[in-house]
Amino acid sequence: MNKYDLIVIGGGPAGMAAALSAKKAGINDLLIVERDSVLGGILNQCIHNGFGLHTFKEELTGPEYAERYSDMVKQEEIPYELNTMVLSLEQTEDGLKAVTVISPKRGVQTLYAKAVILAMGCRERPRGALNIPGFRPQGVYTAGTAQKLVNLEGAKIGKQVVILGSGDIGLIMARRMTLEGAKVTAVAELMPYSSGLKRNIVQCLDDFGIPLLLSHTVVDIKGREKLEGVYIAKVDEKLRPIEGTEEYYPCDTLLLSCGLIPENELSLGAGIEIDPRTNGAFVDESLETNISGVFACGNVLHVHDLVDFVSEESSRAGASAAEYILSGDRQKGRVIDVNAGNGVRYTVPCRIDLNKTSELTHIRFRVTGVFKNTAIVVKSGDKELLRKRTQILVPSEMVDLLLKKEKLSEIDQSIDVYIEEVQK
Amino acid sequence: MIKELTCICCPMGCSLSAQIENGEVVSVTGNTCIRGENYAKSEVTAPVRTVTTTVISESGRPIPVKTKEPVAKEKIFEAVEQIKKTKVSLPVKMGDVVISNVADTGIDIVATRSVER
Amino acid sequence: MYDVIIIGAGAVGCAAAMELSKYKLRICVIDKESDVCEGTSKANSAIVHAGFDAKPGTLKAELNVRGSKLMKKLSEKLDFAYKQNGAMVLCFDEADAGKLEELKQRASINGVEGVSIISGDEARKLEPSLSDEVKAALLANTSAIVCPFEMTLAFAENAYANGTEFRLSEKVSAISNKDGVFTVTTDKGELTAGIVINAAGVFADEIHSMVSAQPMKITPRRGEYMLMDKAAGSTVSRTIFQLPTKMGKGILVTPTVHGNLLAGPTAEDIDDKLDVATTRQGLDEVRAKGSLSVKNIPFNKVITGFSGLRAVGDTGDFIIRESDVKGFIDAAGIESPGLTSAPAIGEYLCEIVSGIIKLEKKDNYIDTRKGVVHFGTLTKEQQNELIAKDPSYGRIVCRCEGVTEGEILDAINRPLGARTLDGVKRRTRAGMGRCQAGFCSPTTMALIAQKLGISIADVRKTGAFDADRRQDDE
Repeated sequence: MNKYDLIVIGGGPAGMAAALSAKKAGINDLLIVERDSVLGGILNQCIHNGFGLHTFKEELTGPEYAERYSDMVKQEEIPYELNTMVLSLEQTEDGLKAVTVISPKRGVQTLYAKAVILAMGCRERPRGALNIPGFRPQGVYTAGTAQKLVNLEGAKIGKQVVILGSGDIGLIMARRMTLEGAKVTAVAELMPYSSGLKRNIVQCLDDFGIPLLLSHTVVDIKGREKLEGVYIAKVDEKLRPIEGTEEYYPCDTLLLSCGLIPENELSLGAGIEIDPRTNGAFVDESLETNISGVFACGNVLHVHDLVDFVSEESSRAGASAAEYILSGDRQKGRVIDVNAGNGVRYTVPCRIDLNKTSELTHIRFRVTGVFKNTAIVVKSGDKELLRKRTQILVPSEMVDLLLKKEKLSEIDQSIDVYIEEVQK
Repeated sequence: MIKELTCICCPMGCSLSAQIENGEVVSVTGNTCIRGENYAKSEVTAPVRTVTTTVISESGRPIPVKTKEPVAKEKIFEAVEQIKKTKVSLPVKMGDVVISNVADTGIDIVATRSVER
Repeated sequence: MYDVIIIGAGAVGCAAAMELSKYKLRICVIDKESDVCEGTSKANSAIVHAGFDAKPGTLKAELNVRGSKLMKKLSEKLDFAYKQNGAMVLCFDEADAGKLEELKQRASINGVEGVSIISGDEARKLEPSLSDEVKAALLANTSAIVCPFEMTLAFAENAYANGTEFRLSEKVSAISNKDGVFTVTTDKGELTAGIVINAAGVFADEIHSMVSAQPMKITPRRGEYMLMDKAAGSTVSRTIFQLPTKMGKGILVTPTVHGNLLAGPTAEDIDDKLDVATTRQGLDEVRAKGSLSVKNIPFNKVITGFSGLRAVGDTGDFIIRESDVKGFIDAAGIESPGLTSAPAIGEYLCEIVSGIIKLEKKDNYIDTRKGVVHFGTLTKEQQNELIAKDPSYGRIVCRCEGVTEGEILDAINRPLGARTLDGVKRRTRAGMGRCQAGFCSPTTMALIAQKLGISIADVRKTGAFDADRRQDDE
């Protein structure tokens, strides 16, 4: 009764794409578990456009992208349960995964599956984690919370706004608040570069004359019950505020867009090993975690900037899970580590099982800083597997490399991915 | 005259240089696809943007909407004002026209999500 | 006309109300804030001190030890979180060993049991993450941790259930005394009573001066804290104090009763009684001093910083007495160990009142109170029973703390219910977790808005709302 071949945890873009691909690969006995009252996850509140250029070859808004996928889920008759949250994930003695869920309909119940796909997404870094001193008044929101209040609840949350952090949600909210009639006086960014996409700086800030203050941060928050204003100061190379550079910005709303953290408390409880660099699971090229039959994809694995990449990655997770279910736990082959070298913050995957590789193996990563006129190099011992010249690499844009199967068949030691200076 | 632009057509955000003569773009460099060239031409002469916002439904809850095509940049606020004054009856299907010819731009506002009630 | 008006709905005011509500009295608690537990009581170390620290012979010593002994039973009867986790005071310098001995002596005179001195190695055996620099430690087994919000709310709700009236969002502006009757003027009107208890925390000197000519000065002493994720909660199992070092007065590192890790407080005397801001220097100090006690405190798991004001009196001891004006009773200067002492202060105040008017026990006194159900602490069977009865308990609103819609609705709908986001947070822990209300606040705000019949944007994080509305709906 409560047994499935596959349970997909999360009905956002990752979970839907994973479920669709698993279904396509022949898995019919599956279930999507979604805690919200609708499918679509965070896309529902991302009402701006810019989604789907890769997947649908046209530019869609978040809700449109979500609805296209949820239409496909319904069309494929993939079962899903809403208002249902997973409380724990465990392995049973016979190799099944025990997924304990809670919902008004089911109560607290344990479901069993041969395979599980983790697609829970991520959360925003809260103010406390940023250690911004000052009062704790009303009017300080993470950008995503504000986005939800404005776009889904229709709440008017502020008239004069300062934004800390130039992540994409922060930039998008600068424009959104402006269209809602608020005055956005500044976007402060701790780093010397923006962590958002360039196009968003143009169409969300420049279009409305909103200044982007690089190498600046909020150093004090004023207002006991309601926010009255913030002090913004310049920071030095070590990101420490420079005394004497503080400037006061009156505001009733401070939005924080200071990074996203994959939400892996469930995974940790299940004994899944988490990469401290991504806060997501360590996975191999099939997106399988250290627990066989548990796969991860989307923002719970590593934070993406493009939903199209999420969908693509999640389709692979769905296909891998299907293969796992249909062929049983495959023979493990030789496992090769993938190391992040110079200029590379992490790689997904962090290991490749040579027995499991498909025609093309994706390696995704982010760089540690801004690199101009460099080359991305993938090497295994002396063998160069790939070299790609790049004009500019920035931490805000995920890099996606493809390695051909025949290249991988030649290697016998770990793979290094690094950025190399190019001689002019 | 050369104008430096950042293309907003896709997340790559190419840095464009547009050579302008007599108010017309005569050449574009830095783009990696044709859309970059088109963007530079329109951005210099008549910039346009897709506007996304929400409209209130009769249930009081917001429904996401967008301009079906990009509208002239200077029409953004006028369009938003008109959307704010509108109340939409339900149900609505994704793609349904909510306001036609918004702010006299010749462009329609369409719902971007289906809402039953 | 009331028999007793209590000014201040913090731990002390509510404890006094609870104690007095055992008797046939008309009691009213007034507070300028929109909820109980909005001042010092909400921002402190949440420790039930064993009582080895207070100077023997002081009120502090007497009431601390008494409070500590009362707390466990109260937590069971009134349903608030309490855990006897023990404490250590660390000594980093052999030259300071005498100070530990002195504390042990005090413990013995104050009547605190379960206190011993152990070596640095023994201390590390009990608490493996303690610093290698620890030379010796005082071990106190009866020290405990408590949820200060739940405790204060429990006192208030119990007092309310026994007939005490609460007038919140009402600020006292003047008090006059004529023929043994006090007239308390507020921004909402005038109230009269035979007895007034001043439990106004950092504002107690101002309230005192409305009536008495005796001088009193309360200095707000600000303490800054850092609260860490539950993932860091097992860093230490006991409350870890420090002997004062050359860096000044020590700070503590402790698990909280709900399983987080807390480090703080700093101690800074300030002028502004509303200044509960944190500062960069303060948070840096917490980090530096905390690291003296415990190795590798995971400060990267900080989820919030906050500061609280201790109400420091000018006598070095609690000031709890009938003032020079007959019937006007001060409960002032209730700094640490005020939270621990609160139940004992309640008893003590009751005694003072009994010296002024004759107290007669109620027959129908209710001595228990049930708090908001903490769904996550129930067994699976209990959870399913609850969901079957009320499906809203099947809907998780706060993911980080696993708080259900049912709990939030209970927090809003119960007597003295929550009217703000912080009010819901203190009653249910919704928004208290690692995402700090990022996910749940829109839903919580919608639930509050629905109850109050206001727009979601008008829901407050803390502070004012239309107080008249509360009287209407109850």
